[in-house]
Amino acid sequence: MKMYIRSSACISPQYSLETKKFFNLRISPEADFIKCREPDYDLFVDPKMIRRMSRIVRMGVAAAITCLREGGVEMPSALITATAYGCLEDSASFLRRMIEFEEKMLSPTSFIQSTHNTVGAQIALMLKCHHYNNTIVHRFFSFENALIESDILLSEGNTDILLGAADEFTEDRHRILSRFGLYKKQGQKTGNFAGEGAAFFLLASSPGSSPALSISRPEMIFLPENMEETGAILNKLLRENGLTKNDIGLVLDSTTGNRTNDLPARTVLDQELKGIPSFPFKSLCGDYPTAVSFGVWMAALILKEQRAPEWMKDISFPLQHILVYHHTGASHHSFILVSAA
Amino acid sequence: MNPGPYIAGMGIVTSLGFGVESNLQSLISGEAGIGKMQFLQSAYRDELPVGEVKSENEQLSQLGNLPGGWPRTALLSALAAREALDQAGWDKKNAPRTGFISANTVGGMDRTENFFRPYIKNQDRGRLADVVYHECGAITELVAAQLGIRHFVSTVSTACSSSANSIFTGARMIRSGQLDFALVGGADALTLFTLNGFNTLMILDKELCQPFDENRRGLNLGEGAAYLLLCSEKGMDALKSKALGRLSGYANANDAFHQTASSPEGTGSFLAMKGALEKAGMEAADIDYINLHGTGTPNNDIAEGTAIRLLFQPSFPKMSSTKSFTGHTLGASGAVEAVYSVLALQHGLVFPNLRWQTPMKELPFKPVTALLKDQKMRHVMSNSFGFGGNCSSLIFSAA
Amino acid sequence: MDNLKQKLKEQIIERLNLKNLKPDLIGDDQPLFIEGIGLDSIDALELIVLLQQEYNIKLSNAEDGPRVFYSVSTMADFIRAQSGAVKIPS
Repeated sequence: MKMYIRSSACISPQYSLETKKFFNLRISPEADFIKCREPDYDLFVDPKMIRRMSRIVRMGVAAAITCLREGGVEMPSALITATAYGCLEDSASFLRRMIEFEEKMLSPTSFIQSTHNTVGAQIALMLKCHHYNNTIVHRFFSFENALIESDILLSEGNTDILLGAADEFTEDRHRILSRFGLYKKQGQKTGNFAGEGAAFFLLASSPGSSPALSISRPEMIFLPENMEETGAILNKLLRENGLTKNDIGLVLDSTTGNRTNDLPARTVLDQELKGIPSFPFKSLCGDYPTAVSFGVWMAALILKEQRAPEWMKDISFPLQHILVYHHTGASHHSFILVSAA
Repeated sequence: MNPGPYIAGMGIVTSLGFGVESNLQSLISGEAGIGKMQFLQSAYRDELPVGEVKSENEQLSQLGNLPGGWPRTALLSALAAREALDQAGWDKKNAPRTGFISANTVGGMDRTENFFRPYIKNQDRGRLADVVYHECGAITELVAAQLGIRHFVSTVSTACSSSANSIFTGARMIRSGQLDFALVGGADALTLFTLNGFNTLMILDKELCQPFDENRRGLNLGEGAAYLLLCSEKGMDALKSKALGRLSGYANANDAFHQTASSPEGTGSFLAMKGALEKAGMEAADIDYINLHGTGTPNNDIAEGTAIRLLFQPSFPKMSSTKSFTGHTLGASGAVEAVYSVLALQHGLVFPNLRWQTPMKELPFKPVTALLKDQKMRHVMSNSFGFGGNCSSLIFSAA
Repeated sequence: MDNLKQKLKEQIIERLNLKNLKPDLIGDDQPLFIEGIGLDSIDALELIVLLQQEYNIKLSNAEDGPRVFYSVSTMADFIRAQSGAVKIPS
């Protein structure tokens, strides 16, 4: 089933809501993390409802509403949300109090707001949407799995599927993951840094406005035995979409500057995608498990506008196919094709 | 009618015991698994009855030949998943297109709680090994790797409807030709986080719960894991074993009323049940038994009961809540009750709604209160309704 | 000027995250739930925790909630009665 992107919206550390500025400015952190540029949420949500929404929920809701507005749809026929960490701030808050107060005098609000399906639930509540609603919480493949589910829903005759992903930065998440040695050291100019974001897409089985943008089913591999296996799924993706490597004008990859983590992907980039301009999308959104959704949003924008950010050199236009390559070390590799008709 | 994928195997671990056979025997003998807290170290251990799996983590590891240090949810998941695969005679060599779609809500929270205690006093403290498997998806990946499944692996987390959703996600992937086999279901271990969370909502019963009773006071929490191995026609032929039943209908709807409470008319529940019937190409009258979501909270039971009244009147199928046996196993409940629904079909049984005394004045029906045998069972409906308005309904049919 | 009522209004606004409200916008006798301020069942639970933490009063029966939390005045009366300062008829 061919999937079309009717509209999309993204809250990220870049000017992703003000897309005209997105191409000219590149915000890079000095620290080892970057946080989103957030809108005034009062413009999106009724104050009575906003008080129950933690930051990640606001990000998700604002991105979802913007996406629906741009797509001219009031009520999606299905709502699928992807997140790896869920509502971290509220989880940590409840956990802390539970330990500090020895299980006494605990507040219900942070517990209620901590469940992983809260983003999807709040969007449904706002829209009064009774339709299909699911939440995928599967680490680095949360977005890809949700995209596969969208594909199935479309092939079953649904249309106007609202698909989104969100993961938030919190102090606790950062402190703990830093202890695992994931991020660049103080003063280092290059290297991995933590990020966050929310990206939503309106998917349909027929194109909307011009240019028509389509997105493929993802090809994924979990725990590949070697990078040849990864190469094989890339070739499968191209074959199934009637394309060869020569058709790909741009690769957006997940390299971060962390040499060890990047090595398996560099092998694939060198062996399979040599000569094709390739740029790391995480240099804009930072590192978080569902960052691939930012990569896809960015690919869609580049194809729609037929131009690339100033710092991405040597890309030939007109551009028809962008390959989004999402990878984490050697354990998770996926490929998604975003194309202009 | 829409036959849907076959069920080739089942596996389960709950407070009723390890394995399908132990659970069935307890359901038949009317012996509940809910009782005094033995394993969870909570300040409420003398106050709140729970449905615990009666083993420490070490014993669970040994039982399943699993590595030490796994979160409890992963241990329960692996045990139940293994049973389902073995019962079906599944062999990874002959089943390349197998998916594992599991559900949970707590992830590795039991280990995270251990980390947070020293961490909140000093941010450089806490063992990192305790948070490596914090995420819901990490639990699924641990078990997938253990089982040797990597073709397609996913995790669903929609509160109490989680494993009902993971079950029918697998069914759709088989129907769309993407998988030949789908190991589907879920797991959730009891944790202090969830116990205290539910306690703040004041919906826990200090006595053993009484679902669908006029004087019900709330729910008892439980823990467990359950899986079904679904397969296509082709997959069934390859296994050369007998199908236990079929998943013929399913649907998912959202109540969109409130973050935690259900709408009084049970809108989400109504739409989910109606949708499942439509998917199955059935009428309400085709359902022989409903395994109720029936948590025992004042809110759920009236919302679910109202939705059933509206959809099924004037004649109602037999119904009961097996949460009166196991407690509410949260992310595992959809799958646990799916297994019980298939057992009901296979053996012609309707399990009792334990401890029921007084009919709910708003409802023109009451649950079954004693075990019924030799029932003609063609189709069983199983409901799972959760926080966030996520409502799902499954229909199982005889093989 | 009732200091307890003023304090309660500030505490309600803070605990329930009612950022757009100021204490003088909450009438002493204005219904807090459904109409009026529009609080819901989760807010009721939060107010129970508020009573425990700030006033050391445990409301163990949730059914007393609607009566006790009807308005800021009824909350103040309840707190005073529990502290033994004033006896109110049930």
